[in-house]
Amino acid sequence: MEIFNHDSKIDFLRLRTISIGVSIVLLLISLGALATRGLNYALDFTGGVLVEAAYPAPPEANAIRDTLEAAGFHNAQVTPYLGTNDVAIRLQLGEAGAAKGEAGDDLKKMNQIADNVIATLKAKDADVTKKSASFVSASVGEELKSDGIVAVIFVIIGIMIYIGIRFEWRFAIAAIASEFHDTIIVLGFYALTHREFDVNVLASVLAVVGYSINDKVVVFDRVRELFRSARRAEPVEILNKAINSTLSRTIITALFTAITMIALYLFGGSAVHGFALTMVIGIVVGTLSSIFFANPILYWLGVSKKDLMPVARDNSELARRP
Amino acid sequence: MNDFAKWRYALIAVVLILGAIYALPNAFFPQPAVQVSANRTGTVDQALKEKVQGALEKDKLAFKSLELNKDTLLAEFNDSDTQNKAQAAISKALGDQYNVALNMASTVPGWLRAIGANSMPLGLDLQGGVHFLLEVDQKAALDKMQQRYRDDIAGALRDAKIRYETINSSANGIVATFKSDEDRKAAGNVIAKQVNQPEKLGDQPPLELTDGAATADSFPLIAKVRESTALAASRSTISSNLTTLRNRVNQLGVSEPLIQQQGANRIVVELAGVHDTAEAKKILGAQATLEWRAVDENATGAANLGNPGAYEIAKTGNVPPESRLYYMQRIGPDGKPEPIILSKKVIAGGNDLVNATAIPDPQTGTPAVSIQLNAKGGAKMLEFTQQAVGKRMGVVYIERVPQTQIVDGKEVRTFKETQEVINAATIQGVFGSRFQTTGLGQKEASDLALLLRAGSLAAPVDIVEERVIGASLGQENIDKGFKAVLLGLLAVLIAAAIYYKLFGLIADVALVFNLVLLVAVLSLFQATLTMPGIAGIVLTLGMAIDANVLICERIREEQRNGATPLAAIKAGYEKAWATILDANVTHLLAAVALLFFGSGPIKGFGVTLLIGILTSMFTSVTLTHAIVNLVHGRRKVKALSV
Repeated sequence: MEIFNHDSKIDFLRLRTISIGVSIVLLLISLGALATRGLNYALDFTGGVLVEAAYPAPPEANAIRDTLEAAGFHNAQVTPYLGTNDVAIRLQLGEAGAAKGEAGDDLKKMNQIADNVIATLKAKDADVTKKSASFVSASVGEELKSDGIVAVIFVIIGIMIYIGIRFEWRFAIAAIASEFHDTIIVLGFYALTHREFDVNVLASVLAVVGYSINDKVVVFDRVRELFRSARRAEPVEILNKAINSTLSRTIITALFTAITMIALYLFGGSAVHGFALTMVIGIVVGTLSSIFFANPILYWLGVSKKDLMPVARDNSELARRP
Repeated sequence: MNDFAKWRYALIAVVLILGAIYALPNAFFPQPAVQVSANRTGTVDQALKEKVQGALEKDKLAFKSLELNKDTLLAEFNDSDTQNKAQAAISKALGDQYNVALNMASTVPGWLRAIGANSMPLGLDLQGGVHFLLEVDQKAALDKMQQRYRDDIAGALRDAKIRYETINSSANGIVATFKSDEDRKAAGNVIAKQVNQPEKLGDQPPLELTDGAATADSFPLIAKVRESTALAASRSTISSNLTTLRNRVNQLGVSEPLIQQQGANRIVVELAGVHDTAEAKKILGAQATLEWRAVDENATGAANLGNPGAYEIAKTGNVPPESRLYYMQRIGPDGKPEPIILSKKVIAGGNDLVNATAIPDPQTGTPAVSIQLNAKGGAKMLEFTQQAVGKRMGVVYIERVPQTQIVDGKEVRTFKETQEVINAATIQGVFGSRFQTTGLGQKEASDLALLLRAGSLAAPVDIVEERVIGASLGQENIDKGFKAVLLGLLAVLIAAAIYYKLFGLIADVALVFNLVLLVAVLSLFQATLTMPGIAGIVLTLGMAIDANVLICERIREEQRNGATPLAAIKAGYEKAWATILDANVTHLLAAVALLFFGSGPIKGFGVTLLIGILTSMFTSVTLTHAIVNLVHGRRKVKALSV
C-alpha cells in the first residue's frame, strides 16, 4: 500500500517565503502569548496545594468554586477531569507566604487548607471523598525550572556539536533553528490555551525536541547523500529532491507515532493527558518544520556540494612509513 | 544469498530468550500482604501464627495464606482494603513487641527470583501511598554553628584575659573588635590554638580568620566559617537524618520504605500503602535529643560490696532517690535490654554537642567516636570529670514523637517519649569539650556517632513537598496505563501490517520484542515504574517503528530504481542504517538531557526513553534483518511484499 506518490516532485523550496512567513507569524504569536499571558504553571512549579476529590455524580466546577469562595478560599482553580467524576482543586498561597525560608510555616498552612477544603465540600455534599492531596513549596518549583533550562541548553549544545561534526555547521544551525521553532510554538500553544503546564508537560516538550531532531536528521541525511552523489548539484533541486524522497517516511512515521500518542491520550487517564497532547502537537509542528522550515534555512545558509564531500584522508604520513 | 552468519542468529535468539525471561516476572502481580516481624523482645514462631490467625478470624477478615518464614510471618490478602483492616487488627492483637507492616508480596516463582529476575517496583502513583521531600535548613544550621563559634571564641578570649570591645555573629561572619592591634594579634593566636582546630589531623581549620579595616581605636578581627566546613556539617546532618528516619519509619509499619538522599540537602521519603499523612508526619517530625548522665556506681557497682546491681533494682523497683532506671540499647545476657541506673543530674545535653565523628583512636588505632562539646558543655564536663575519673558516664538518647489525643472533645497534644542509653563508658581522665569514646566495634562506632549527631539538633529539617495518592487511584492508573500501552501497540501493529504487508508484519514482531526487551532491561535495573514511565514506553514504541519505516521506504525506493529483490533488501538496510544511527544518536542526546533532572517523574521518563532507543535499534534493525534473511535468504524471490 502506498499513500504518497513516490515520484512526487513538489517544489517545496519555491514556497519558502510563504512557509517561512507562516512560521514567523506563528513564532510571533507564540512569543506574544508567552510574553503577555505566560505559561499557566502547575503546582509543581509555583508551589501551592492540590486536592483531588471524587464526586458521586459529574460535579459542577462553578458550584464548587462558589462553595469554596463563600468559605474564604479565594481564586481556587477547579478543573474537572474529563470522563470521570473527579475534580482537581488548586490553591496558591499569596506571594508573601511563599517567600523563601518559611517552608515550615507554609507546610502548616497548606495542610490546614487541604483539610479545610475537603471539610467545606463535605458540608455541601456528604459523598465527596478525598483522592489525593499534594503540596509543593515554591523553592522546589524554582529549582525544577532551572533544571529545565539546564536540560534545554544541554540538548542544544549537544545536538549542535554532533550535527556539526557528522554533517556541517550549516546543518547544525538549521537544526537548532528548527528546534527553537518547534519548542516555542508548542509552548505558545500552552500559553494561548492557558492549559496547565506541569512536570509531565515539561518532559514531553523535551521529548518533542527529541522527536523533531530525529525527523530533521533523516531529511538532512538525504540532503548530504544527494549532494555527494549528484554530478550537477543545484541546491534548490537537491533540497527539493531530498524532501520529496523522504516525504513518505516523514509522514508515515508521524502518523504511526501520533497513533500511539492518541491511544495514550484516550486511554491513559488524566495523569498523561498533558503529555500525550503535547506530543501530538509536537509531532504535527515537527513534521511540518522538517518539510517547510528546516530546508529553506539550510538553503539560505548556502549549503553546497563542496562543503559536504568527505574529507580525503591525508595518507602522506602513512606512505612515508616503511 | 544469505549474508547472515549462523552465530548471529544464535546471538539474537539468546538475547530474545533472556529478554523474555527477565520481562516475565512483571506478569505476576504482587499480592497485598501484611508482614509481621519481631522487635527486639518478640519471637516469631508457631504461637504467633496462631495468634494472628485468631485475630483475623475474630474480625472475619479473609486471608489467602498465612506463611511462617525464618523471622517473619506473612499474611496475604485478596485486596488492599482487607489488607489495611488486617494490619489494624493484627497490630492491636500483638501490641508493641512486633512490627506489623503493609507489604506487597511478590508472586514471582522462586526459580525466576533465583536468577535475579524480579518485577519492576511500582511508583507511588501506581500503588498509592505518601511522598515527602524533606529539606535540611542549611541557613539555620550555619547560623547555629556560627553562634557556637562566637561563644567559643568569647570564652577562649576571656580565659586568656584578652580584652575585646564587642563580639558579634553577623551575616558576614563573627566580628570581634579590639582596642589595639596587639590585642587583635594575641586574640588571633588564641583563637587559632584553642578554637580553630581541625576535626582531623591534616584537615583545614574550620574558620577563616582575617583582619578587618581598622580605625583609630577599633581593630576588627573577622572569623568566617569555611564553606567546606559548612558543607561537611550539612553532609553529616543528612546522613544522620537518613539513619534516624529509617529507624523511625520502621515504627510506621511500612515494609519497603524508600528513604533516599536527593541532591545536597534533601531527603525523599516514599511510603507505599500508607495513606494517613498525619501519622507519618508525626513520626518523621519526631525530635531527638541527648543527655549525658553519671552512672550511679553506688547502686550498680560490684554486687559483692553490698550493692544490689542494676538487675536487682530493675526487678524490685527500689531505685535510689537521686537516680533513675534506664535501659541500654544493648541486649543483655537474658535477651532483653540491659538495665542501668543513672543519676538524675544531667551533665550536658544535645544542645551542647558540636560534633560527633567515628574515627580511629589516635593511640591504638581501634574504632572510636570523637565528641566535641561547645564551651558551656565543655565547662560542665570538665567540672564533672575532675571528680569522676574511673567512674562511668552514660548517654541517653531521647526521642519525642508528637501525638494528638481527643480528651473531652478537645485536641490535646502530648509526646510519646522513648529513652534509651546508647553508650556507657568509663571516664579515663579529666576532659572538657573534646573527648573520645573508645572500645567500640567499627559499626558500633559509626552508629553511635550517627545517633549522637541526630540528638544534637544541629539542623532543623522541614517537609517541603508532600503528596498523597489513594490506593484506588493507584489501581486506576495501573489499569489505564496497561490499556494505553496495549492499545497503542495494537494500533501501530495493525497500521504497519496494512501499509508494509509482510515487511510490516516482520516489523511488528520486532516491535513486540522491543516492548519485551525494554521491560526486561527496566526490570533488571529495578527502575521504578510510574505513569510518566508508561508514557515513555508508549512513545518509545511509536518511535521505534521509525527505523522500520526508513528501511521499508528504502527498499521500495531501491526496487523502483531497478534493483533485484535481494539487492534491494541489502541496499535498503545498508543505506537506512546510516540514517538510523544519526537520528538515534541525536534522539539519545535529548533523552540524556532528561536525566539532568535529579529526581521525580522526568528522570523516570528519561531512563525509559534512553533504554527504549537502544533496544529499538537492536530489534528494528538487527532482528528484522535476521527475520528477512530467514524468509528470503534461501530461495529465489520474484517480488517483495513491502
